[in-house]
Amino acid sequence: MSIRVENLRKNFGTFAAVDDVSFEVESGSLVALLGPSGSGKSTILRILAGLESPDSGRVWFDGKEATTVHARSRAIGFVFQHYALFRHLTVAQNIAFGLDVRGVEKGVSAARVGELLELVGLAGLGGRYPSQLSGGQRQRVALARALAPAPRLLLLDEPFGAVDAKVREELRQWLRKLHDEVGVTSIFVTHDQDEAFSVSDRVLVIHKGRLEQLGSPSEILDEPATEFVARFVGEVNVFPAHAAGGLATVGALESEIQHGPADGPIQFVVRSYDLKFWREDPGVATVERIVTLGDRVRVHANLDGAGPLVAQFPRRSSLLRGIDVGCRIQVQVTTGRAYPSQPPLAGGP
Amino acid sequence: MRKLDRLPLIEGPAVRAAPLSMTPTAPQRVRRERALGKVALLLVVTGYLAFVLLAPLGALLVATWNLGVAEVVAAISEPLALDALYTSAVLVACAVAVNAVIGTFGAIAFVRHRFFGRGIISAMCDLPLAVSPVMIGLSFILLVGRGGVLDPLLQAIGLKIVFTFWGILLGTLFVTLPFTVREVAYVLEEIGTDEEEAATTLGASPWQTFFRVTLPNVRVALGYGLLMAAARTLGEFGAVLVLGGSISGQTQTATTFIHDAIEERHLSGAYGMAVLLALCSVGLLLSLEWMKERQAAARHRSRSVTEDEVTT
Repeated sequence: MSIRVENLRKNFGTFAAVDDVSFEVESGSLVALLGPSGSGKSTILRILAGLESPDSGRVWFDGKEATTVHARSRAIGFVFQHYALFRHLTVAQNIAFGLDVRGVEKGVSAARVGELLELVGLAGLGGRYPSQLSGGQRQRVALARALAPAPRLLLLDEPFGAVDAKVREELRQWLRKLHDEVGVTSIFVTHDQDEAFSVSDRVLVIHKGRLEQLGSPSEILDEPATEFVARFVGEVNVFPAHAAGGLATVGALESEIQHGPADGPIQFVVRSYDLKFWREDPGVATVERIVTLGDRVRVHANLDGAGPLVAQFPRRSSLLRGIDVGCRIQVQVTTGRAYPSQPPLAGGP
Repeated sequence: MRKLDRLPLIEGPAVRAAPLSMTPTAPQRVRRERALGKVALLLVVTGYLAFVLLAPLGALLVATWNLGVAEVVAAISEPLALDALYTSAVLVACAVAVNAVIGTFGAIAFVRHRFFGRGIISAMCDLPLAVSPVMIGLSFILLVGRGGVLDPLLQAIGLKIVFTFWGILLGTLFVTLPFTVREVAYVLEEIGTDEEEAATTLGASPWQTFFRVTLPNVRVALGYGLLMAAARTLGEFGAVLVLGGSISGQTQTATTFIHDAIEERHLSGAYGMAVLLALCSVGLLLSLEWMKERQAAARHRSRSVTEDEVTT
């Protein structure tokens, strides 16, 4: 099902949870709503589900307006952050719930439950109660329950937030696979950028109730549209700087601006992997610390007149040759972005 | 070792005298003195409980036995005694039925909806626990009795409340109001709205959600609240006396029967009814305990769901 959202607004008291958000989602895609906690992404999801009604704005499902359609008539599946399984019902009864309330025949619903248990890899556990399952298993039951009535749209609220790191990774891969098998349009909310990038086709970055950017994972990584996105996604260095004629002056370093305003006060943003170092005396910076992170190495340096600077290199990179703690280095920015200067943003990862 | 020596300090003056030096005998001495303290505490507590709870009940049983079981049974088999018992039973049935409905929907209204005056009304629910039932009876008489504010209205529809069954029912409903509302509201608050929202997104209507999700989740709490309301109904005296007047065969309940029997020195009736009420109470208490265990189990179940989220 394709989705179109127009100028969505929702206030809680004086707090603008969703502030003029518009976007479209293609049928059959898997989309992530990414943002720090409290950014309004869950509220958007709940508005799509019909659990929350917007103060203004419209929601369209497959070209038909759904803004005022009741949650129970929207034919959506919703997976709650804490699963919200019915604790007094067995796994099979949980999954059958959406079929039972619609008066689906017992035999038909039992067959469907068996199918879904198979699909989520829980065959044989239909008689258990939710309390007898692990977190990952409960998550799968919640998914199976949401999928049982064959929803046109699957909404997942922080689906992997409540399980540990290892299970989370497994579930992500599994969700992607499941989505490709079932093909239902899916939107999930997450505050974890790795999750958003590794699972979804498109990512919507939400901040303070506003849509900052909508794009494919690589678009968002490579071409962050706003300073917030640049800061939120990946490891970055941000320097207040002055631009003149396409050159930014950051302490002792003068660097070309690849994207953004060429003149005036700017925030100069450089990803940790968009830097080159080499040993040079006097140079512009001093290496302070070198941290090994598995297959990558992070170098902390202090840029004269500008402060701390973080760079990442592949562990075997030739750029690391000769770089030691305490040595002087020359720095080159391979991709530098400028964003118009504005008051420092609160929040972030 | 040092820690072990210091621990008993918390327990009381008797132990504080134990030397802090690490002489070989110290641990045994500390242990013995601690054991003594424990025995003393247990004696005091059980002695007090026995005096307050068991002794009166024992006295009642002995007195009843001395009167002769046959005579006592005969006394409470008299028509007037049976009438009083019947009235009490009907009161219990009515109170349970009304509280089941009001308690459940009242709790849902308080917890799930926001409306004007919600806080005040919610606080008022506890009023019956705080004020004397006799005072409440009096207030109701001023309201619905002869010359009361609602008297013209009641006369117009031909309904008499004071000194009728309706009066004692009104008093009973008032004093039993808090139990189910409080119990159910507490559980609703704890469970949250996730499961109800899940049911809605799965296509359930409000009634389906209520019967399939909400009600099963609160049924233990509801049962517990209803048992407490039933116990309170059986034991209520002040409000039913003031509002009902304890008219034999009409508004006399088991408790007011005992009161009247004592006044008339009809001891076998008083003792018999008292023992019967005590037996009912014991039965209700046992059911309450059983309910509590089920509730604890249910709560444990719900808690294990949230705890495991972190650990698994």
